[in-house]
Amino acid sequence: MTTLTTRTDSPETTRAIGHALGAILPPGAFVALSGALGAGKTCFAQGLARGLGVPEGEPIVSPTFVLAREYYGRLRLVHIDAYRLCDLDELYMLGVDEALNDGASVVAMEWPDRFEALVPANAIRVTLSHDGNDIRKIRLQIDAALADALCRATVDRVHWRSPSETPTTD
Amino acid sequence: MPMTRILAIETSCDETSAAVVVDGRAVLSNVVSSQMDLHAKYGGVVPEIAARAHIEKIGLIVEQALQEAAVTYSDIDAIAVTDGPGLIGSLLIGVTAAKTLALTLDKPLVPVDHIEAHATSAALVCDDDPWPAVSLVVSGGHTSIYHVADYDHIELMGQTYDDAAGETFDKVAAILDLGFPGGPAVDRVAKAGNPKAIRFPRTWLNEPHFNFSYSGLKTAVLYHVYGQGKKYGSAAHLSEQEIADVAASFQDALIEPLVIKTARAAAERGVTTICVGGGVAANSALRAALQSACDERGLRLLLTPMKYCTDNAAMIGLLGHQRFLAGVRADLTLEPRGGLVRTGR
Repeated sequence: MTTLTTRTDSPETTRAIGHALGAILPPGAFVALSGALGAGKTCFAQGLARGLGVPEGEPIVSPTFVLAREYYGRLRLVHIDAYRLCDLDELYMLGVDEALNDGASVVAMEWPDRFEALVPANAIRVTLSHDGNDIRKIRLQIDAALADALCRATVDRVHWRSPSETPTTD
Repeated sequence: MPMTRILAIETSCDETSAAVVVDGRAVLSNVVSSQMDLHAKYGGVVPEIAARAHIEKIGLIVEQALQEAAVTYSDIDAIAVTDGPGLIGSLLIGVTAAKTLALTLDKPLVPVDHIEAHATSAALVCDDDPWPAVSLVVSGGHTSIYHVADYDHIELMGQTYDDAAGETFDKVAAILDLGFPGGPAVDRVAKAGNPKAIRFPRTWLNEPHFNFSYSGLKTAVLYHVYGQGKKYGSAAHLSEQEIADVAASFQDALIEPLVIKTARAAAERGVTTICVGGGVAANSALRAALQSACDERGLRLLLTPMKYCTDNAAMIGLLGHQRFLAGVRADLTLEPRGGLVRTGR
């Protein structure tokens, strides 16, 4: 696993990183999206969905109220908000268990800390945090090969740091 | 023509409801069992609680709806039921109850879309059908504008692209520590506030489309309350008056796009009637703003009465009646269209 961090100054850049990640995700990927209210979880998921090829005309809407929404692009995407869940059985009632285990779908789960037991060991962890105004810190824990591909895909607009790099001015 | 009596069942979210509606108009009974007290403890609709409570209540609620309507099962012509969208666990209980009744009573089973029922719910209080009209549906899970040409032609003109209006109320109420449900709490506190105190963003206000985005508004409120770099981390440092001003200004920013876009949708489709349904239609500031916009433009505003704004079976009975007349039927393989909304397949 590699850790990448960066700062974004707009929802567009957050979305662009999600998009770049979505474009390279393999079937069966699990993306755990952590961050406080308004940190940009749904924004990141919107980019992820477009990167997976979900058509532009289809809104990627907050799943908070309905708990989970499902989209079809290059791969099936199940977007889950675990915030309101209090029991694992409820996820099974939603039919999400099938997406978790079919090895073909991509799962993006907001508030994964509510259900750590569901997060696989090889999950891609995305942590978003407020850093003043429109600035967000984004931290990714991701498989080394995917990290490489992601850095290459976003080289034009995102400056990534990995912990091995010594921060200069920041 | 003989009367048609529809027994309607609605369990899409946290309300268990059953109604008896005659000819799609006369509501003989509309029993709604609110589970709000249970959910308040958890700061949201907890589906597990919703599903369990539905199971315990559905039989009693149906019995009570029949009793209040002074009818028996044999007087019923068809069973109408919400089959989606909603929480799958909750929907399943209503659908299963409806299928059981349809089978044992040998009555037709009629599936009804929850959102289309909200879009047409204002007709419950009209002598004649109000269509064509533009209908605004604002609730916890939906913020949509429909063009209703008639019951069989309901077209989605625009919708939210991130958070729904009701969800935004809940999230802002959480930021302001006002509790759940957020809508009534913010509405109450905002009455003492100045809606022009803070200029919060109005996303896509002047865009030509009819879509909404409320995620930026929620974040703007968060920054205003918590301070730059989340200095305060809560609303505890604000005075009562400051909280009232934030609530009123937030409400103003949320409402303006709803009003402007709904009025513009009516102008574009050349309709003279605007209907409003869904839980957020209970908001007093939204009602007042829509009324004055309609007065200025010479439009008729049909506000769905409060009892039909939140989830209820009467609106399912209204639309179920129309679907029944149009020959819409489901068999016992009917399954709810739940939380996993299958779109664009």
